[in-house]
Amino acid sequence: MTDLLNLDLSKNTEKIIAEYIWVGGSGMDLRSKARTLSGPVSDPSKLPKWNYDGSSTGQAPGEDSEVILYPQAIFKDPFRRGNNILVMCDCYTPAGEPIPTNKRYAAAKIFSNPIVAREETWFGIEQEYTLLQKDVNWPLGWPIGGFPGPQGPYYCAIGAEKAFGRDIVDAHYKACIYAGINISGINGEVMPGQWEFQVGPSVGISAGDEVWVARYILERITEISGVVLSLDPKPIPGDWNGAGAHTNFSTKTMRAPGGYEEIKKAIEKLSKKHKEHIEAYGEGNDRRLTGHHETADINTFKSGVADRGASIRVGRDTEKDGKGYFEDRRPSSNMDPYVVSSMITATSLL
Amino acid sequence: MSLLSDLINLDLTSTTEKIIAEYIWIGGSGMDMRSKARTLSVPVTEPQKLPKWNYDGSSTGQAPGQDSEVILYPQAIFKDPFRRGNNILVMCDAYTPAGDPIPTNKRYQAAKIFNDPKVVEEETWFGIEQEYTLLQKDVNWPLGWPVGGFPGPQGPYYCSAGADKSFGRDIVDSHYKACLYAGINISGINGEVMPGQWEFQVGPSVGISAGDQLWMARYILERITEIAGVVLTFDPKPIPGDWNGAGAHTNYSTKSMREDGGYEVIKKAIEKMGLRHKEHIAAYGEGNERRLTGRHETADINTFSWGVANRGASIRVGRDTEKDRKGYFEDRRPSSNMDPYVVTSMVAETTLLLP
Repeated sequence: MTDLLNLDLSKNTEKIIAEYIWVGGSGMDLRSKARTLSGPVSDPSKLPKWNYDGSSTGQAPGEDSEVILYPQAIFKDPFRRGNNILVMCDCYTPAGEPIPTNKRYAAAKIFSNPIVAREETWFGIEQEYTLLQKDVNWPLGWPIGGFPGPQGPYYCAIGAEKAFGRDIVDAHYKACIYAGINISGINGEVMPGQWEFQVGPSVGISAGDEVWVARYILERITEISGVVLSLDPKPIPGDWNGAGAHTNFSTKTMRAPGGYEEIKKAIEKLSKKHKEHIEAYGEGNDRRLTGHHETADINTFKSGVADRGASIRVGRDTEKDGKGYFEDRRPSSNMDPYVVSSMITATSLL
Repeated sequence: MSLLSDLINLDLTSTTEKIIAEYIWIGGSGMDMRSKARTLSVPVTEPQKLPKWNYDGSSTGQAPGQDSEVILYPQAIFKDPFRRGNNILVMCDAYTPAGDPIPTNKRYQAAKIFNDPKVVEEETWFGIEQEYTLLQKDVNWPLGWPVGGFPGPQGPYYCSAGADKSFGRDIVDSHYKACLYAGINISGINGEVMPGQWEFQVGPSVGISAGDQLWMARYILERITEIAGVVLTFDPKPIPGDWNGAGAHTNYSTKSMREDGGYEVIKKAIEKMGLRHKEHIAAYGEGNERRLTGRHETADINTFSWGVANRGASIRVGRDTEKDRKGYFEDRRPSSNMDPYVVTSMVAETTLLLP
């Protein structure tokens, strides 16, 4: 069967397979289906629009179920390889209106604003996630009915008793590089069975596209491994770290000499809209942002240099160089990167 | 799960110039190894050309939460046997943002000793014999031993073959090839006297590279045991009683020792070592008193002795060295959980820099 899965079709035919991917009705579930195209395509605007049954994803009523898919970004398919592609799409009504769960549309408008475009907004998103054993939904590597030894040995660790699921993480790293995603690194996290990958620096709307496709590739890989992927911000209550999606941000002005002043101004603006941001930063974040486990309390806005207990952290290098970027540590692992990246941008620049 | 292997084994060199660099450092206990990876835009072969990086020291017991950044300085590059292609493993040491080595950074002080002109001139060679024990996961009982019981007494296991005598050879053999691939100067392997215990040797390596190579070999070994679902221990006496401990015998020579007449230099050096027995022992690894009992091919921890071909001595000189009147000596005292930066630099310092 592997021989069939790995068939290199480029010798027999020009046809390619395009997997169209979209975000479903919960705002977190990823869906996809594939179609054959007569020849390779590398430009999203040249791909045909498509549609799917929105009544099966909670996105349309049964009597008027077609939801239209607009292709927005193309990536190489690491599973089918050859000239086959993955296509990140967003969703519209037949009349051409973005459906309510389409968060990309509003984000794209913000990123198209000339003030924003000029500032070349860069994002680096640190996506944390937890791997769970299938059927029991207990973290990978944890004894069923019990707990591993307390946190301490696991962060960036190696060894069969400290690192669980590395083959998934490593396969994901190479698959994303292959796909053309700007994946900048990976590390094992403080809670055993938890990992992180980083995407960036990506400009504007592509940050959201790349994180969503990276999430898609990750869940396809955990599917192959028979392991369950969770983006829950606090999968295990108690003295176990939560999972976040720290979002690093900079503009052209912040990256230029003297940029540190611009950074401080932006942080000041963010401090005034703490509640609005928190509401948009992911469901269940109140279970994670407690003020313990390297988080700031959800009701408090705090910023500091090298302070992992702050809402916003500025790196020592940025402080020393007088320019750079800042890290918003508030978004939870189940945040929507279109929402978070565009909101930080709007608050800081508009 | 060959679909997963296809992805893990993807050869990216045909799609991109980008490479993955795994930065490796020693954590807060002085023995736990940590690592994380980053993408670089093009292949790099020189450590000075690699960017410094940082990590969360509050998660490894190396910094407080409110000031958690610890800086990683790349010191040595090896080829990555797991990711292959142009991907690399990078041995680093750790500093405060102000540029001072943090307390657990033993490489910094060792590098100073190895940069001393007297030491450089003598081209210090090290051959380190790293012993280690493999344990079954969850029960932490040696690999191949019956759970709740013991194997037959020592005798049949040293360098043996057979399913009833040799446990974990696939780990040992893949480690051997992986280290050669990585560019580590691994000189050999053998099965040890206690069943489930093995040894590999790294060397001859010059100066600071002995420490870099041994730490990298340890990293690769624990990555492999992780793949095998087996636990690695460097404890010097994993099982009390009539079972051998695990050491890291350190073989040493200088230019003068390797030249004609070197045997006299060796004897003088051993004498100097004897005068600092207590200081060396204190730096030669935690728990060594459980191992250095005077039995099981060790010398008692409180006694300094040396002899030709004597495995019960603190320092052993080989028959070849005695015959050729030049060569090297073997310090048998370091335990398997020693820090090679500490041991190698201390031996160099005692024999070359102190009166």
